[in-house]
Amino acid sequence: MPVPILKQGGILIASLQTAVTDQDLIQLQDDLSDRVGRFRSRGVVIDVSALDVMDSFATRTLRNLAEALKLRGAATVIAGIQPDVAFAMVELGLTLDGILTALDLEEGLDLLTATLREGDHSVG
Amino acid sequence: MLDEARVVIQRDGDIIAARQKGRDLAAQAGFTGSDLTLIATAISEIARNIIVFAQQGEVSLHVIEKAGKRGVMIVAEDQGPGIPDIEQAMRDGFSTGKSLGLGLPGARRLMDEFEIISQVGKGTTITMRKWTR
Repeated sequence: MPVPILKQGGILIASLQTAVTDQDLIQLQDDLSDRVGRFRSRGVVIDVSALDVMDSFATRTLRNLAEALKLRGAATVIAGIQPDVAFAMVELGLTLDGILTALDLEEGLDLLTATLREGDHSVG
Repeated sequence: MLDEARVVIQRDGDIIAARQKGRDLAAQAGFTGSDLTLIATAISEIARNIIVFAQQGEVSLHVIEKAGKRGVMIVAEDQGPGIPDIEQAMRDGFSTGKSLGLGLPGARRLMDEFEIISQVGKGTTITMRKWTR
């Protein structure tokens, strides 16, 4: 099942479902990259709060996605990693170095808004 | 008779079925909270290993008991190409280019016991166990 993507102002929100497959994640890479261009979005929040497992494939795919979107001019926040999932990721040796993370979707949107505003100031 | 389940692994959706069955079975064995997530994550890694390297195989899940303690045993079997150098495959960061190289060593860290038997050209069997505390 494809990951639903919502557009809210200049921000895109992708909410991953519990049973997201490898194929869905690869599709999400293409969809988000496409929409960032189409809607000229400067920020993306990927809500992973429904995921009960973030294994090496999911983590690598999301990290690559965040880095690719950055190259396209959009900031990405990964929001809602569950506490047990976070511990399992640490045990596996998985990190999201250099990627913005937030407690939940609400915090993710706040962080993204603040990050984008800061970016505007540094330019102006 | 303690519980067990089998999941044929042929496509990426089967990885999710395997880890959900594993989580259910581990809960039946008496695991709770973060242990369920650790077990599900380890299953995800070894099931994906089957898809990536052998295309198909099977994951079987068993509730086990030893000296009054309960646990789970997970066996992943395939008839794929086999692993030529297991020591190398178990090293963090070793990758054939298809992964981060954290799958197998990571799964070993998540479980209490971890064994690989592999024969080049014949296939690979990974057996891992975790015991309730």
